[in-house]
Amino acid sequence: MNKSHHLMMDDLVTRLRRGQLSRREFLARSSALLAAGAVVGLPGGLRAQEAAPKAGGFMRLGLHNASQNDNLDPGSWSTSWTGASFNGGVYNNLVEILPDGSVAGDLAESWEAEPGAKVWRFKLRSGVTFHNGKSLDAEDVRQSLEHHMKPDSTSGARAIVEQIETIEVEGSDTVRITLSEGNADLPYLLSDYHLSIYPALDGGGIDMESANGTGAFTLESFEPGIATRLKRNPNYHKNNKPYLDEVEFINITDATARLNALLTGEVDFIQDLDIRNVAMVERSGDFSVQRIPSLRHFTFDMDTRVAPFDNPDVRLALKHALDRDDVIEKVFLGEATKGNDNPVASIQKFHHELPARDYSVEKAREHLAKAGLDQVSVDLSVAENAFAGAIEAATLYQRHAAEAGITINIVQEAADGYWENVWRKKPFCAVDYFGRATVDWLFSTSYVTGAPWNSGWSNARFDELHQMARAETDEAKRMACYAEMQEILRDDGNVITVAFVSWRNAVSNRIGFGEVGGLMPLDNMRMCERWWVKD
Amino acid sequence: MNRTSHPILSMVVSRVGLGLLSLLIVSLVIFFSVSLLPGSYASAILGQNATPEAVAALETKLGLDRPALWRYLSWLGAAATGELGQSFAGRPVMAVLGPRLLNTITLASITAAIAVPLAITLGVICARFRGRFIDRFLSTSTLASISLPEFFVAYLMMMIFAVKLQWFPSMAGIRNSMDLGEQLYRMVLPILTLLLVILAHMIRNTRAAILSVMSSPYVEMARLKGESEGRVVMRQALPNAIGPIASVVALNLAYLISGVVVIEVVFVYPGVGQAMIDAVRNRDVPVIQACALIFATAYIGFNLLADIVSIVSNPRLLHPR
Repeated sequence: MNKSHHLMMDDLVTRLRRGQLSRREFLARSSALLAAGAVVGLPGGLRAQEAAPKAGGFMRLGLHNASQNDNLDPGSWSTSWTGASFNGGVYNNLVEILPDGSVAGDLAESWEAEPGAKVWRFKLRSGVTFHNGKSLDAEDVRQSLEHHMKPDSTSGARAIVEQIETIEVEGSDTVRITLSEGNADLPYLLSDYHLSIYPALDGGGIDMESANGTGAFTLESFEPGIATRLKRNPNYHKNNKPYLDEVEFINITDATARLNALLTGEVDFIQDLDIRNVAMVERSGDFSVQRIPSLRHFTFDMDTRVAPFDNPDVRLALKHALDRDDVIEKVFLGEATKGNDNPVASIQKFHHELPARDYSVEKAREHLAKAGLDQVSVDLSVAENAFAGAIEAATLYQRHAAEAGITINIVQEAADGYWENVWRKKPFCAVDYFGRATVDWLFSTSYVTGAPWNSGWSNARFDELHQMARAETDEAKRMACYAEMQEILRDDGNVITVAFVSWRNAVSNRIGFGEVGGLMPLDNMRMCERWWVKD
Repeated sequence: MNRTSHPILSMVVSRVGLGLLSLLIVSLVIFFSVSLLPGSYASAILGQNATPEAVAALETKLGLDRPALWRYLSWLGAAATGELGQSFAGRPVMAVLGPRLLNTITLASITAAIAVPLAITLGVICARFRGRFIDRFLSTSTLASISLPEFFVAYLMMMIFAVKLQWFPSMAGIRNSMDLGEQLYRMVLPILTLLLVILAHMIRNTRAAILSVMSSPYVEMARLKGESEGRVVMRQALPNAIGPIASVVALNLAYLISGVVVIEVVFVYPGVGQAMIDAVRNRDVPVIQACALIFATAYIGFNLLADIVSIVSNPRLLHPR
């Protein structure tokens, strides 16, 4: 092996982790190196699996967020456990999100929108059957979506289906969806894990009792909060899939117990590997650490209705006064990519690449001066669960900002009830965002004027662009709108993005997988139909 | 009721009455302290889907917009008729907790069946051979195991027997689909850990109770009559030390039902403790209340039993002047 190549590769990997390199750039440069003859060990998440998928085998997954209240009502789901086991195992949506982030048909074979993206037609794949043999028809789809639209609905997908005005059945294989206003992202939204397709009941409604889905697996056993076992559906509508004969989801709440379960061979995969155990897993020959770039990001949010955050220059001063590299190195141990005050993740469609926001005492002072201040004092609310490492990150931020004449008083809040009592209530606080599958959805939940999670920020141009982009079906025009919006957010917005983090899992080397999607956890919730056992 | 003619009956009735009163107070404290906790079921369960409308809709559906006192009284009324109600997710509380309770009781019974006879025997041996090697060895080692926090003992067991020696599985996550043999095999490490935690306490108390009786004049008398030391301990001292031994056994049995949360989490054992953590995290008040009732009933019930045993074993308490 060529040593200089190896060093260059290490350097690329380091820069990728630090966020100095986008994933795309990394792939381009690393493949150039590989072509030059270097053979290197890539980090687990990026390692391409050469071997073809193999049929058969049993995979056991150690996840951590099952609840004894879990049930088959899709509106009640709120965890990656229910998403990956029920939605990803037993059921399907009209569409699915592929690992590369694009949207593809699943139960729907094709779809088209009338101009203006207000009226949509989804044509169903023919020959799809539920586990009990009943064939899928348009009425099943209509009832499944309407389940979330009832006036007293408590569904987690309520915000999505609220945009739907009517759903009509055209023949047995076409569903016509009319929105209250155009939305070019509708197919993406329909991939939401709540919107699983269930068999319709005769008198209306859906059958939530019998676990009768169209999915890759049948529900073999389900003990709420403990374990779920799935068995291969031989009549699945996708070629060769699923590869596995059986999958078991096992709930292991404690991080140490989860690691032990992996190391002792009780499970083949564990979710959310603790940052402190990364080195230990990497040293062993039998397991790898998997890092999947995600939408999840950690921020400090400012309430722009409250002084001094109402002044855009103060906001910019605060944005420049944070040394993100330092925080990533010391708090996240390199396991994060640098944020630059744009909440849109680099893996997301319509992401607009903006220059990194480097720490600059001069610029921070400059913006303070523009605001007519030579120093400013703010209270920053944090708690240990605001995001992993929030208190430590705030402490470093305090040091960084002090250099620029900004005094940050760290207010340590109670972890219990942080999201009810601190977030959006205190003017400056640390936040953990899971992100949204589409840019439009992200903006409508958190950034347009009056959005449910917006802390007072309002920008007329931003709102105007949002309306324009939403119904626009020309991708280039949409991209232009979204690029401008991301620039507005970075320079005027109320959010300081500290870092984006990856889904960090540990996986046994006996498990095979292709490219892994990160828009949602667990390979976009589809790991049990996409992964396989190698031996 | 004639106190002198039915001393045991009247004692039991009054103790049970007091127990019920304690249960009522416990349920009141739990209910209102849960409502003092920040956050609600709706926002906990909706997570990042918690828009204000969604939270409001869920709270109305669950009746959480009603006054707390009304909710408490309606819960109490149902509980009094043995109906523990529905969890906020819509499943009956008994369906949620029933299998968990069964698991907890299985683990507790097996542990108790080993621990209680073993602890009393070892305690008696320590008392009999006071100051000798066996006594000093057991006293020191039990002191050490009492001093270690239980999660540490649990991780130690796991490291030695699951990771290094690989004799037993690290996870005790038993499931209905497993046969009895595998379930028992998976329960070995939690049982071992619990044994280490409770044995120490019971051995030391048994020893202390017997030794305190050993200094009584009638034990001296028995020795002067020429009885062997073993006979003195078994025939004279032990029967008179049953009261204090019963109370420490009761305390440990109650711990096995309600206090093994940490061990359940470490070994992934699906018992009531984990269920309660889950419920607290989601602010699922009906389930929290039911767990609290179960735990309080276990404590009160076992202590009641201990009282009865010590009173029956002591004629002076049975026939008070």
